[in-house]
Amino acid sequence: MGKLKLKLTFDKDCVTRPIIYELVKKYDVMTNILNANIEYGNRGNMILEIKGKDENLKLALEYFKDLRVKYEIYAEAIIWDEKRCISCGSCTAVCPTQALTMGKDDLLHFDKDKCVVCQLCINACPIRIISVEL
Amino acid sequence: MRSIAQINEKIKKGKAVVVTAEEVIDIVKEKGYKEAYETIDVVTTGTFGPMCSSGVFINFGHSNPPIRMQSIMLNDVPAYGGLAAVDTYIGATEVSQKRGMEYGGGHLIEDLIAGKDIKLHALSNGTDCYPRKEILTTINKDNINQAYMYNPRNAYQNYPAATNSTNKTIYTYMGTLLPNYGNITYSTSGELSPLLNDPYLRTIGVGTRIFLGGGIGYVAWQGTQHKVEVERSANGVPVVNAATLAVIGDIKQMSTKYVRGAVFDRYGVTLFVGIGVPIPILDEEMLKFVSVKNSEIYTKLVDKSGNVNIDKKFNYAELRSGTVKFNGKNVHTAPLSSLYVARNIALTLKDWINRGDFELTEKVTGLPFENKVNSLEIREIK
Ligand code: SF4
Ligand code: SF4
Repeated sequence: MGKLKLKLTFDKDCVTRPIIYELVKKYDVMTNILNANIEYGNRGNMILEIKGKDENLKLALEYFKDLRVKYEIYAEAIIWDEKRCISCGSCTAVCPTQALTMGKDDLLHFDKDKCVVCQLCINACPIRIISVEL
Repeated sequence: MRSIAQINEKIKKGKAVVVTAEEVIDIVKEKGYKEAYETIDVVTTGTFGPMCSSGVFINFGHSNPPIRMQSIMLNDVPAYGGLAAVDTYIGATEVSQKRGMEYGGGHLIEDLIAGKDIKLHALSNGTDCYPRKEILTTINKDNINQAYMYNPRNAYQNYPAATNSTNKTIYTYMGTLLPNYGNITYSTSGELSPLLNDPYLRTIGVGTRIFLGGGIGYVAWQGTQHKVEVERSANGVPVVNAATLAVIGDIKQMSTKYVRGAVFDRYGVTLFVGIGVPIPILDEEMLKFVSVKNSEIYTKLVDKSGNVNIDKKFNYAELRSGTVKFNGKNVHTAPLSSLYVARNIALTLKDWINRGDFELTEKVTGLPFENKVNSLEIREIK
């Protein structure tokens, strides 16, 4: 089993195709849409996580190529130095996917799975404890 | 009626009942004002937020031969050179001449409190009695003389929430504000905040003993830009920035848990300062003031780009929920001050009082309750 986090960019033609349905059906992958910004009949992009057998993930990428859907794979990961965090919440102001949120306990919570590595939080943290691992 | 002297007697005997400004809300709900007033002697408050108008006075001691320092650098951050021979003041927002905004006065103060060695480089013209012209050495909090924090403006009584009307991201002391009202930031500990629990400053004045940065400090004076004639809700709580405190305390007692250097992206350096003020419950009115809830504390929303005059108020229960409705849209809200640490401060202060380590003080004199704030006009030079 493997996992990939992708940013897909579509143009007009493929926006109307049921891509997610076809992915699940043809390649038996689990999909999780983290963010989507699609105008019907126009350009769009989507941040998608797919989980499945390694060979199926490869086939899924081939499928995107065939459809001419551009994809970028997120290879980096965000590192949050939890011990030094003061839970001020400044980073949550810019996080587009709610990967960084204030919990009921008023501590900062970081949900790695929702993170799309946009890196906006790095400079938004006044204590400078968020970094990116390449 | 209950006096501070009576409360201190109880503290000495270990009999004072102390609760935090959050805990008191549930007690009032359960028992009502009258019974709650009869049981509670002191309510503790706390706040831990970015407070730019902060800094530390230092006396380095004399070298042999001595120097009358005129230009002073601490870890390449300029410190004030116009105070006698070996006194200085380092302000939180000063920036490093080598590293720019990534290191500044705020970080230096944190490092000093942490006990780290700090590079001191000072220059002088030399005088007959102070012949040395240059000194390069290291200092730390144990080998200097006095080092006390004196913050001209802290603990703002309320502060407007911030947003951005323009179509570009702006970078401010209220954090990163996304385009087209893309987010709202706010900075307060709300129902736990010191001056929101004593809206008319009945018990807080010059000489009030407080928790400052992990040690014991005092209210020294009214803070700069202290303002009291402002719009208030029916419960007396201001809906904009109002009263402020100047505070003083020994940094040798402080901890980096409650004093942290910080950077606001493309804005500058600042210092997170932890402050806790104990409020004596002198009568039922004070009990009413301290039982104020987030849903009863409103703040104005301000466009930090300065373009739009927004006429909108939110209460802190709404802001803390994570989203508010504004202009018909759901807008994401984010705090800038740490409620978690603020609560920790209120609990620590409660613990100090319970252990008998901290007694309450009568104010020496009140803070002004009539004043106006001048703005700086561009005047002709004659
Ligand atoms: S990089 Fe930071 S801001 Fe961007 S999604 Fe991840 S946690 Fe959120
Ligand atoms: S901005 Fe930095 S210190 Fe503040 S909550 Fe986020 S990670 Fe923690």
